[in-house]
Amino acid sequence: MVGGQPVHALVDVDEEIAAGEHVAIMGPSGSGKSTLLNILGLLDRPSSGSYWLDDREVSHLDELELTQVRRHRIGFVFQFFHLVSRLNALENVELPMVFAGIPRDERRKKARDLLEAVGLGERADHRPDQLSGGERQRVALARATVMGPALLLADEPTGNLDTASGRQVLDLLDRMNEKGLTLVVVTHDPDVARRADRILILADGRVARRLSGEAITHVAGFSGLAGDGA
Amino acid sequence: MTFQDLLEYALRALVGRRVRSALSLLGMSIGVAAVVVLTALGQGALTYVSNQFGNIGTNILIVLPGKTETTGGFPGVGGAPNDLTLDDYEFLVRNLREVQRSAPIAMATGAVSHAERRRQVAVIGSTDQFLTVRNLEMARGSFLPQSEIDRGSAVVVLGQTVAEELFPGQDPLGEVVRIEDARMRVIGILASEGTQLGVNIDDMVVIPVASAMRLFNRNSLFRVMLEVRSTSDLDRACKDVLRIMTERHDEEDVTCITQDAVVAAFSSIVKTLTLVLVAIASISLTVAGIGIMNVMLVSVSERTPEVGLLKAVGVARRQIIAVFVTEAALLSTAGGLVGLAVGWLAVKVLVGLYPALPASPPAWAVAAALGVSTVVGITFGVLPARRAARLDPILALARR
Repeated sequence: MVGGQPVHALVDVDEEIAAGEHVAIMGPSGSGKSTLLNILGLLDRPSSGSYWLDDREVSHLDELELTQVRRHRIGFVFQFFHLVSRLNALENVELPMVFAGIPRDERRKKARDLLEAVGLGERADHRPDQLSGGERQRVALARATVMGPALLLADEPTGNLDTASGRQVLDLLDRMNEKGLTLVVVTHDPDVARRADRILILADGRVARRLSGEAITHVAGFSGLAGDGA
Repeated sequence: MTFQDLLEYALRALVGRRVRSALSLLGMSIGVAAVVVLTALGQGALTYVSNQFGNIGTNILIVLPGKTETTGGFPGVGGAPNDLTLDDYEFLVRNLREVQRSAPIAMATGAVSHAERRRQVAVIGSTDQFLTVRNLEMARGSFLPQSEIDRGSAVVVLGQTVAEELFPGQDPLGEVVRIEDARMRVIGILASEGTQLGVNIDDMVVIPVASAMRLFNRNSLFRVMLEVRSTSDLDRACKDVLRIMTERHDEEDVTCITQDAVVAAFSSIVKTLTLVLVAIASISLTVAGIGIMNVMLVSVSERTPEVGLLKAVGVARRQIIAVFVTEAALLSTAGGLVGLAVGWLAVKVLVGLYPALPASPPAWAVAAALGVSTVVGITFGVLPARRAARLDPILALARR
């Protein structure tokens, strides 16, 4: 609410994302990117309208059902990693499985496998403060995919990384996408968006433009539109 | 999520902020230690009083000169009560049907000496029945002879300590000791008994009651002990004593007490006192609980991103509550255990310093202190835990 008037962060977003698709969401701050991502991640509910995930209307599920969907179908990657600082890399990856009640041996093995897959097998017992930013994000990536989600949501995944580690993380995301993981990335970095199959550019809570990934470098004045993000 | 995983997760969070955890744990420890020590002292005082009656049977009643109400204090202390004479004693025993055995007791502190050695001890004047009424044993020799009550013969029975100190390495039997001005022959030595009713049996001497009253120039007995046939006769016997003495003296000027009455009165005082002290200690438990709540609230607000993350990876609201409540419960239970250990140590030290006070915490207090500390932790952990569970994940994750 601003000045007594309800403010709608998103209006008329009518979009279909296919399984295995890679979609980037761009737009200036306040355009509704984060709200869209939160709704997709079931952290927020739309005040009206519907959200179908896996052929199921999920926007009206109760708290416990939402928890189940988040746990099994959706993975999150954040700009600030959000690793638990007192746990080492392996334990951070294990975290979702701990609360899902997966037996110790099984989750330990699975977490180790995933750390190997993101190239951090050697660093399993390092705590986050002993890891570089890129390594932390790769741990976060392993954690986001450890429960075998169908949809991975990434909020500025390279926003806090240097170019080289950012590229490593993006390559990993691409590899996971190629194996069938649906990927939605919010970014204001054209180099990140360029890797997507489709780009949605939001402005004032609406989809202002739709572009294909290759098209982005050819859009005149694009950087002016997207360059004022966080 | 298994219980073991929950414990481990909570424990690591606590270890992650060990100084604050330790401080809030300390608060709980102090409360529990206080409960343990205070109840131990109360229990010790009760045991002490019961021990004082020691071997004396429960069917004993004690008559003291002076009326509790008229002197306005403890019987025999303050005021000038009427005498309770030897004649009164004989009259009483003659007229009381319930009495099986009895002993008049005169008491004074006097100097007992032999050769160069001299000691100030309690001098008891009584009769041959004293031994059985007080349930004492002889170590050697014989006790006072059975004789006319007002015939004070010049014989004495020594307590262990007195015998050893006046006759080191010698046999005192048959020897003569001097009590104040009188020479008396040692006819027996009491077996060691320790302290009963505030008198150290080992550190006293017993002489015939008439001798004692003459020697110390007393008209009044210190007290009269009456042994009735059974405990059920006690109350009636007490009433009879008062009636007989009131008729004889034209006023009620003696006090009759029974062991039960004394122990009951004392134990009710001690219990009330203990309860009050425990109530005060419980306030400190509550304060400790608030301390834990405070620490948990700080922890929740510091770990807001962690809570947001947990929500994002599909951790249910009740699991988040479980995590924080478990942390609080672990804190308070650990505090309770530490407090128990500290309290137990403190009681040990106290008993070491004052061996006469057999202080030991009663089991119910130990269980209650532990139980209350855990319940307090859980209770005060719920509010912070619910706050954590209610956090908006979007806002929680927006923070670095």
